[in-house]
Amino acid sequence: MKFDTPAADNPIDQLKIIGQPVSRIDGPLKTTGTAPYAYERHDVAPNAAHGFVVGATIARGRITALDTSAAEAAPGVVAVVTAANAGPLKKGNNNTALLLAGPEVEHYHQAVALVVADTFEQARAAAALVKVDYAPAEGAFDLAKAMDGAVRPEKGDGMGGAADTAVGDFHGAFAAAPVRLDATYSTPDQTHAMMEPYASTAAWDGDRLTVWTSNQMIEWGRSDLARMLGLPKDRVRLISPYIGGGFGGKLFIRADALLAALGARAAGRPVKVALHRPLIVNNTTHRPATIQRIRIGAGRDGRITAIGHKSWSGDLPGGGLETAVNQTRLLYAGAHRLTAMRLATLHLPEGNAMRAPGEAPGLMALEIAMDEMAEKLGIDPVEFRVLNDTERDPENPDRPFSQRQLVACLRLGAERFGWSRHNPKPGQVREGDQLIGMGMAVGFRNNLLMKSGARVRLDAEGRVTVETAMTDIGTGSYTILAQTAAEMMGVGLDKVRVVLGDSSLPASCGSGGQWGANNATSGVYAACMKLREEVARTLGFNSKEAVFADGEVRAGNRAVPLAQAAGAEGLTAEDTIEYGDLAKRYQQSTFAGHFVEMAVDAATGEARVRRMLAVCAAGRILNPKTARSQVIGAMTMGVGAALFEELAVDTRHGFFVNHDLAGYEVPVHADIPHQEVIFLDETDPTSSPMKAKGVGELGLCGVGAAVANALYNATGVRVRDYPITLDKYIHRLPEVG
Amino acid sequence: MKPFTYERALTPAAAAGAAAATPGARFIAGGTNLLDLMKLQIETPAHLIDVNGLGLDRIEATDDGGLRIGALVRNTDLAADARVRRDYPVLSRALLAGASAQLRNKATTAGNLLQRTRCPYFYDPAQACNKRAPGSGCAALGGYSRQLAVIGVSEACIATHPSDMAVAMRALDAVVETVQPTGTTRKIAIADFHRLPGDTPHIETALEPGELISAVTLPKPVGGRQVYRKVRDRASYAFALVSVAALVQEDGTGRIALGGVAHKPWRVEAAEAELPRGAKAVTERLLAGAKPTPDNAFKVTLVERTLGAVLADGRN
Repeated sequence: MKFDTPAADNPIDQLKIIGQPVSRIDGPLKTTGTAPYAYERHDVAPNAAHGFVVGATIARGRITALDTSAAEAAPGVVAVVTAANAGPLKKGNNNTALLLAGPEVEHYHQAVALVVADTFEQARAAAALVKVDYAPAEGAFDLAKAMDGAVRPEKGDGMGGAADTAVGDFHGAFAAAPVRLDATYSTPDQTHAMMEPYASTAAWDGDRLTVWTSNQMIEWGRSDLARMLGLPKDRVRLISPYIGGGFGGKLFIRADALLAALGARAAGRPVKVALHRPLIVNNTTHRPATIQRIRIGAGRDGRITAIGHKSWSGDLPGGGLETAVNQTRLLYAGAHRLTAMRLATLHLPEGNAMRAPGEAPGLMALEIAMDEMAEKLGIDPVEFRVLNDTERDPENPDRPFSQRQLVACLRLGAERFGWSRHNPKPGQVREGDQLIGMGMAVGFRNNLLMKSGARVRLDAEGRVTVETAMTDIGTGSYTILAQTAAEMMGVGLDKVRVVLGDSSLPASCGSGGQWGANNATSGVYAACMKLREEVARTLGFNSKEAVFADGEVRAGNRAVPLAQAAGAEGLTAEDTIEYGDLAKRYQQSTFAGHFVEMAVDAATGEARVRRMLAVCAAGRILNPKTARSQVIGAMTMGVGAALFEELAVDTRHGFFVNHDLAGYEVPVHADIPHQEVIFLDETDPTSSPMKAKGVGELGLCGVGAAVANALYNATGVRVRDYPITLDKYIHRLPEVG
Repeated sequence: MKPFTYERALTPAAAAGAAAATPGARFIAGGTNLLDLMKLQIETPAHLIDVNGLGLDRIEATDDGGLRIGALVRNTDLAADARVRRDYPVLSRALLAGASAQLRNKATTAGNLLQRTRCPYFYDPAQACNKRAPGSGCAALGGYSRQLAVIGVSEACIATHPSDMAVAMRALDAVVETVQPTGTTRKIAIADFHRLPGDTPHIETALEPGELISAVTLPKPVGGRQVYRKVRDRASYAFALVSVAALVQEDGTGRIALGGVAHKPWRVEAAEAELPRGAKAVTERLLAGAKPTPDNAFKVTLVERTLGAVLADGRN
C-alpha cells in the first residue's frame, strides 16, 4: 500500500480497540518468566555450548601475540575463536569497528577471542587463561582536547541532512540583537544500560545459520550478519521475539551474535553468548559526549532574531556525529539561523544511537539556553517559548508542520502543574532544609516513516494471526499490532495472535527512532485491508460497503460470520506500507511540554525530583497505557541523564572506567516519586493510515533540561555541564546553619 | 571463577584452623561481595569454608550493659533489632542506608566489615591496582577518582572502604571479637581493625591468617542524638560520596565518624573536642592533611556542610 495522500476516514477511526488502554497481551508471559529470551532457547537449540568473550585491554594498537593454548586445554573447552582462525570477516555496514579484533585493536574491550565450553563457568574460567600481548598505540580520548581538530563530516549528518545549515545573516543579526546569550554546554557519554544483556544463541544446519538474538532491527541484522560472514542473506535467519530493552544499543549486530555464529561453527553445535555486564559498556556502542555552543539573539519583545547552535562530538575513524543541533533547525522561529556539527576523531569505543539520538543531548543544551534567555529577557519561560512558536519550518516557510500543538502542550502543562506558583527569581523557595524549584522545557522529536510489511491470516475458527518481523523491545508492539488487526477485522483481541521478530516473516520497520508503533501498525493495516478485500470477495460482498464487526461481515441486511470466508484452507494477505512525499511536504514532528519540581538539600546539595509532568502531542495514541509506560520510562531516563548518568572517560588509557551498573548509576525507584503524563487529542492524517506518530523518544526529549532548569530555579546556580552532580554547585550554595 | 573446594565448618575454631591449614582458603558467609569478586577473578580462593552453620547469629546482652552481635547476624536482622533501634539507632540507620533489602537479607555483620573497595580500577583486572595485584601500581591515581579517598591515602592506593555499618560502629567504639586457628580468642578495637593503605593496600584489616570474626560487641549505650547521614548522587542503592555518623549529647559534646573519605571508617577523636565550635572547626581537624584529587576535592566541602546540617538539626 502506498500512502501518498492524507488519510481519510478508515476502519481504525472506529476506535473500538485502537486507542483503548489495553494491557500488554504478552504480559502474562513476562510476569511468569515464560517469554523465551535469546540466551534461554533450550527449547529450540538444545545442548548449546557457552561462549565467553575476551575483551582487549588496550584502547588502540596491535595484538603481538595471542596464546590460547592454556584456554584450549582447560576443562570443558570446546573451541577458542580468534581473528586468526575465524576465517575472513567483513565489517558490518552498521558497525564502525570490527566485532572481532585482530591484529589491530580499535577500542578497549573490543572482542579478541571467544572461549567456548560445555558450561558457562568453564568458558569464563578458561577465558581468563587467554594470554594476549599488545603493542599499544597513542590515541585521542578527550573530546575537549580533540575538538579543535574536529572536521565537518563529508557524509553530512549521516541521515541525509547537512552538517551545516545557514539561513539569513546569523552573525549580523546576532551582533545587532539587543539581548544575547552565548553559552557552551556539555553532555557526557552515556550507556544504554538495558536490563537484558546483548545475547545470542546460534546454530548451523549445513551452511544455514539461525541466530536467536536480542535485536531491534531484524532486517538490518540479517543483512549485516550475512555480510560479515560472507553468506547469502537467505542463509541467515534471525529470531528475536522478546527483547529486554535495547534503547538503540541493539539496532545493530554486535559481538554476541557474530561470535555465537563463529563459535557454533567451530564447536559443531549450538553456542550461546551473552556479553557479561562489565564488558558491555566498552565493547558495544554508547551515546557520544557533546560540547555545544548556543547563541540566541532576541529583541526586547522576546522575539528571537538569531539562533545558532554548533555541536562537537567524537567517534572512531569512519564513525558519525551525534546530531545534537537538528532540533534547533525546526523548533523555534527566527529569521537568521545557523547550525553546524563537527566530528573529532576519538579512539574510545564506538559511538552510535541511543534513545532519541541527537535530540536528547541537543535539547539538554538548547532548552537550558532558552531558560537562560527567558531570564535575560525577563519573560516567563513558558511565554518565551510560546512567543517563538512557529507553524512552519523556519528554514523553509513554504513547508508547514503537519500538526503542531506545542503551545497547547505548554498551556495545559502549565495549568495542570501549577506553573503560576513558579518563582521566576531562583533560590527563593525554601521548605525546611530543602530548596525548591520548578523548571520546564520543550520536548521535540521528529516522526520518521519507514516501510513496513506484515502478513495476516484468517482461519476457519475466525482467528486472525499477524506475522511480521517487527520487534517488541518492551514497548508493547505485540499489543498494538493485535489491536490494529482486531479493529480492522472486526474481532475481539482474544481472536488475534501476533508472531514477531523472525526474519522469515515479512520485513518490517523494526524498533528504533520512535518509528516502530506508527509504521508497524500501518503495515498491519495494509495487510488487513488486503485481507478484507479477500474476505469480501470470497463472501460476495462489495468490499467498500462491507462492515467488519463482532466477528461478522455485514452489508445491507446480510451478515456472515468472518470465519466462513476462511474456509478450511484459511485466507492470507500480505502487504507493505510504503510512503509518498507527505513527509517532505509537511514537517511531521512530535511535541511535549515537560514540567519538573525539584528539591535540593540546602546543605548537601542532593537533588531529588519531587514530581514531573509531560504533556505530549504525538498524533493518535494507539494505546494510552503502553504509550504512557513509554513516556514515564523515558522521563526516568531523562532524570538519570540530568542528574547522574555519565561514562567516566579515563583520558590516559582510553576507556570508560565505570563499566558496570554499580559505577554507572541509573535512576532507582526512590529517585522517581511522581510522574504524570497527558496526551493531547490529536490525529495526524499525513503520517499514516493510523494517523499516529512516535512517542517513545519524545518522552525523553527535553526532560534533562527541565530537571536542570528546576535545579537552577531551586539553587540559583546555573550548571551547563551534565550530569548536574552536587560537586558542580555545592560550593555556591548558601552557608549551612 | 576458578575452581575451588568447599567445606562446611562445624565450630569457629575448626573454621579458623581449616583456614590456616589450607592455602588460599577464604571464609564465606553471605557471599554478597565475595562471589561477585570470584566471578571476576579478583578473588581466586582455592578453598571456601562456609561458616553459615556456626551459630554465630544471635544478638545478646553483654555483662557490662552492651550488646554482642554474632558475626553471622544478617544486616536486616541487626537493623531491625529492638535493642539496636532503641540504644544504638545510628547503627540501624547506617545499615538501612546501605545496599538493598535483598542484599541486607543475605549480608552478615562480619562480611560487611570485610567487604572490599568499590574502586572501579580494583574491579577492572586489566588496570593496575596494588590492592588486587600488589606492586602493579595504582591506576586510580591520576585517573577517575570522584568516589575515592581524600584522607589517609598513599602513593599506592586511594581506595575507600564502602561500608556504612562500619562507620556507625566506629562512632560507637565497637570491638571485633575473633577466634584464631589455635582456638584462642582476641578483641580488636574497631579503630584498629581496618588499616590505612600505606604501601600494602592489599592488607586491609588486622586479622591474621585464618583468624575468624565471631562477634562485634557494642559498649554500654551512650545515648545522645544519633544520626547517620549518607550523601549520594541517587536516592538509594549507591555508595556514599560522604557519610557522617554522629552521636551528639545535649551538652554539645559528641562523636563523629565519616564514611566515603578514607580506606577505613574515619574518626579523629581529637577533632570531637572542636564540636562546640561547629562543623568547620571539626572538619578542619578531622580532615587535616587531606590529599584530595581534583575529582574529589568537593568531598572536603561536602563533609563540612553535611556535618553542619547534622549538628544544626539538633539545635532546631
